[in-house]
Amino acid sequence: MSKTKCLAMILAGGQGSRLGALTKNIAKPAVPFGGKYRIIDFPLSNCANSGIDTVGVLTQYRPLELHTYLGTGNAWDLDKSTGGVFILPPYARDKGADWYKGTADAIYQNLNFIDMMDPDYVLILSGDHIYTMDYSKMLDVHRANKADATIGVFEVPWDEAPRFGIMNTDSVDGRIIEFEEKPPQPKSNLASMGIYIFNREFLSRYLKDDAAKENSEHDFGKNIIPAMLNDNARLYSYAFEGYWKDVGTIESLWQANMDLLADEPPFSFNSAWTIYSSNPSLPPHYVGPEARVHNSMLNEGSQILGEVDHSVLFSGVKIGKGAKVTNSVIMPFTQVEENAVIDHAIVAQNCVIAAGASVTGEEGAIAVVPEGEVVEAQGEGQQVS
Amino acid sequence: MSNIMGIIKLDGANSMLKELCERRPVASLPIAGRYRVIDFAVSNMVNSGVGNVGVLLSAKARSVFDHLRSGKDWDLARHRGGLSYLPSDPYDGQPVTGDLSGLYHNMDYIQHNSAEYILVAQADSVYNIDFRSVLLFHQNTGADITMVYSKAKDDIPGDAAVMKVNDNGRVTDIAKSMTATQGANDFLGIYLMSKDTFIKVVSSGFERGGTDLLLDGIIRHMDEYSIFACEHKGYVARINSTMAYFNANKDMLNPEIWAEMFMGTNLIHTKTKDAAPVQYKDTSRVVNCLVANGCEIRGEVENSILFRDVKVGEGVKIKDCIIMEKCVIEDNAMLRNVICDKNVTVTKDQWLKGAENYPLIVAKGTKI
Repeated sequence: MSKTKCLAMILAGGQGSRLGALTKNIAKPAVPFGGKYRIIDFPLSNCANSGIDTVGVLTQYRPLELHTYLGTGNAWDLDKSTGGVFILPPYARDKGADWYKGTADAIYQNLNFIDMMDPDYVLILSGDHIYTMDYSKMLDVHRANKADATIGVFEVPWDEAPRFGIMNTDSVDGRIIEFEEKPPQPKSNLASMGIYIFNREFLSRYLKDDAAKENSEHDFGKNIIPAMLNDNARLYSYAFEGYWKDVGTIESLWQANMDLLADEPPFSFNSAWTIYSSNPSLPPHYVGPEARVHNSMLNEGSQILGEVDHSVLFSGVKIGKGAKVTNSVIMPFTQVEENAVIDHAIVAQNCVIAAGASVTGEEGAIAVVPEGEVVEAQGEGQQVS
Repeated sequence: MSNIMGIIKLDGANSMLKELCERRPVASLPIAGRYRVIDFAVSNMVNSGVGNVGVLLSAKARSVFDHLRSGKDWDLARHRGGLSYLPSDPYDGQPVTGDLSGLYHNMDYIQHNSAEYILVAQADSVYNIDFRSVLLFHQNTGADITMVYSKAKDDIPGDAAVMKVNDNGRVTDIAKSMTATQGANDFLGIYLMSKDTFIKVVSSGFERGGTDLLLDGIIRHMDEYSIFACEHKGYVARINSTMAYFNANKDMLNPEIWAEMFMGTNLIHTKTKDAAPVQYKDTSRVVNCLVANGCEIRGEVENSILFRDVKVGEGVKIKDCIIMEKCVIEDNAMLRNVICDKNVTVTKDQWLKGAENYPLIVAKGTKI
């Protein structure tokens, strides 16, 4: 096998329990986003666009739909003879089998795979963030700094900083001095994005050390990074400017979808930095004679006969006559029948919102209808699940 | 249906499609917002289980290569079978006229194929058909040749071949015509026959100086074969004139036809382009339209088809139009009964108007 310069490893095994009903049957990275995509399309497309053509995807929780979706990696142009998408679920060894016990353990258990690919650098990504980023620029900075590790950081509002892992850096060259997990009194507002570039040998050494520690949580943020800093290793920050959103909760997933509806969206989907996704063979959507559509994103195969305002609709969605959808996200092949009302809601795929039914939430309490649900008309709104 | 080899012919009767088909065969004409006409023939074959499809090339075929490429989007990039291109080289230094020469000169390839039957289709029609039912019909009637037709719902001007069919389904007469009148048996350019019959039809037609499969291969030898006609009862539009093209696009605004064509079990596949969902802005007003991904709409659009990546500015009014890929309609422009070919820019405040029965065609890449 030819030598891979930079290998990307996407952590896609998390349950995403804070997404509740949306991740009952699928892993968080497979959750639909933005009218057409799934969350994992973002790191995968970023890899493809950054010229990283070998990507390992570590899966664990409810992986079937995610595995099917990834397929050969063709959708992201990653079905290459030199590289490709490699699906890495936990597997049995001679001494038995283990689940991935943490982010660091997941990578540790795949050190053999990393050796097979023989990269100089390992890029660790998580499968639950929405952003477009050129990793090759981060790698350039990593090499220029002669760093052992480089961590992507993002400036968050000061009042939100206590919710993140915060990097305290040397303001001149960005070298990381201290890492604080959710500090009550943050000294900086540079949050870790969960994006790491490591020199391969360096990473491998720390992962092996960590695996031997019984009291470790085997987590990059909690264990690996602090251990590296403790040894005074060359850890640098790489400040990312642009749109970056963790979509780990219902509210943030809803908000990130709504962000796309701004008159100038946070990033252009139709730029050279294409976000790739699998393309079902569906026709252009149809907007009927009495339909009204404003401030919204609509995908292929949908049929709109009612009113849609400030909403994101995926493929194959039907909105019946007189139905009204506002401030909501409607996932693939859901039918909203005549005169149904949906507001401040996320309706998952293959649901039926029956004629006259209503699903209404409010900001801070977005209503959620789980996959395949049928909501009948009852005269009262569906509550947040 | 692995025992069927499909052959798709590119050029239909396109003399009445002048501007739109000046630089492309009918097969490559963009239609219904994201497709090319050839997608229907190829997808129908693939959906019917035909695993080997040969595309008989003609002049101006670049757009066909660019569209079909390896055939991957139709699941035709295969180790065995899949998509093949059948070039029509000039014969004795003469440019090729008609389809017989191309078929004849690819005969060794066709002969070598293990398929039992040959299914020929013309890439000039919009339809969704299961060819398995045609094969069943062919086997039940014991025909040498089965030809597929549809009953013309209206008078269809433009080149046509109409058939007389008796009560048993046997074809008693075929005539080339300039119009298929309402109720006529309008031949769709689809033939099914055994490979042996196909070889006989093509060889005897070409070797006696013929150029046209239908005329020289079949009509001139009608008494030698038992020919049956199989009716396709679903929606069909043969794209043989600008009006036929205009109307076929508009037919897709009928939700029943839209669903029959695109939303059933047999999907129509096309080259994928990774366009983002459509962005409807605050000032948009869209009524009775088909809108493809990648569009950004700020103006008013009515009774129209917008292809991928079209930008419609503020204050724009578009009515009864077909706007192809990557067109930009700038603020306050007004378009009525217009077909904009790909990459057209209509600048601010321009008014363009065609007639209801004579749409104005703006050539590819024009800036107005």
